[in-house]
Amino acid sequence: MNWILPSVAAAALMLAFPATAQQKVIADKSTIRFITKQMNVPVEGRFRKFDATVAFDPARPEATKAEFEVDLGSIDLGSPEGETEARRKPWLNIEAFPKAKFVASSVKSLGGGKFEATGELSIKGTSQKVVAPFTLAEAGGLRTVEGQFTLRRLTFKIGEGAWSDTDTVADEVLVRFKFSLPSR
Amino acid sequence: MTPIANRYTRTAIALHWIVATLIIFNLGFGLYTVELPLSPQKLKYFSWHKWVGVTVFLLVAVRLLWRLTHPAPALPATMKPWELAAAHASHIGLYVLFFAAPLSGWLFSSAAGFQTVYLGVFPIPDLVSKNKEVADVLKVAHHWINYVMAATIVVHAAAAFKHHVIDRDDVLTRMLPFLRVRRT
Repeated sequence: MNWILPSVAAAALMLAFPATAQQKVIADKSTIRFITKQMNVPVEGRFRKFDATVAFDPARPEATKAEFEVDLGSIDLGSPEGETEARRKPWLNIEAFPKAKFVASSVKSLGGGKFEATGELSIKGTSQKVVAPFTLAEAGGLRTVEGQFTLRRLTFKIGEGAWSDTDTVADEVLVRFKFSLPSR
Repeated sequence: MTPIANRYTRTAIALHWIVATLIIFNLGFGLYTVELPLSPQKLKYFSWHKWVGVTVFLLVAVRLLWRLTHPAPALPATMKPWELAAAHASHIGLYVLFFAAPLSGWLFSSAAGFQTVYLGVFPIPDLVSKNKEVADVLKVAHHWINYVMAATIVVHAAAAFKHHVIDRDDVLTRMLPFLRVRRT
């Protein structure tokens, strides 16, 4: 049977390279921030609550498994008025879509402590491929991953109706992330 | 003969009325915008409000320099010492408020997390960083400075009117671009 050989090979491979252990990111040492441009003025916000399970071995980045879940209702814009608006239907529609998700499908090393993650980002019922470069630093028993990518909010229907006017709020949103994991 | 010396310079008159128009417009515009529900329009109007404020600040700086280098015409000799003192005090007060109003707005905006970008092109550095408690205090300060300024402007205009119709002197006309200076 032609499936036996690949299966055996896969099993052998799994024995030779045990799966990288899954870890949870350290919440209070991790951040997800985003920068929008409103009337050409950069305005920063962040998400207070998110959860991530990561299996990442810098020596074998291709074996990376990572899943990030962001509680969109935990948005912090520094103003309650703005946060209420962001949770409403035209923006994130928290009631119908409480969470954003990113599933990394591949990570490759770019050399010199630099990597690039590719994966599927899902927000508000829309999924899109995202490529996010990041750096890796190890210090004080912590492995810290830091990077950024730009998403187009209108692709995800974030800011519908009157808010789709990109002169007021630009389409591009810069997402900056920093995740700390315990080093092993 | 019409006395022409007892008159403000054309530059001083132009600056007075341009600044007066901008300030009165921006007072009303600010009060109107703050009541609007969050919308692209509100973000736009707040930006414009800030641009007008920055313009006022710059013009008032020019006005002050002009005033310091071009002495104002003497006040009528009929004025009592307390009237002279009140006139000088209110003029100094107005200049202080003209600077304090845009300055407090700029600081408030910074503390609220919105940098001021003049005309959407020139970013003005943030002197204070984003901080909700500081923003709340500066918001109240910005409002009260403007209420006091509005009240002082009313007193200033009432005094000019009183000089014109009751004292029948040249205090109002010497700042008007059209009316002839009254013979005294």
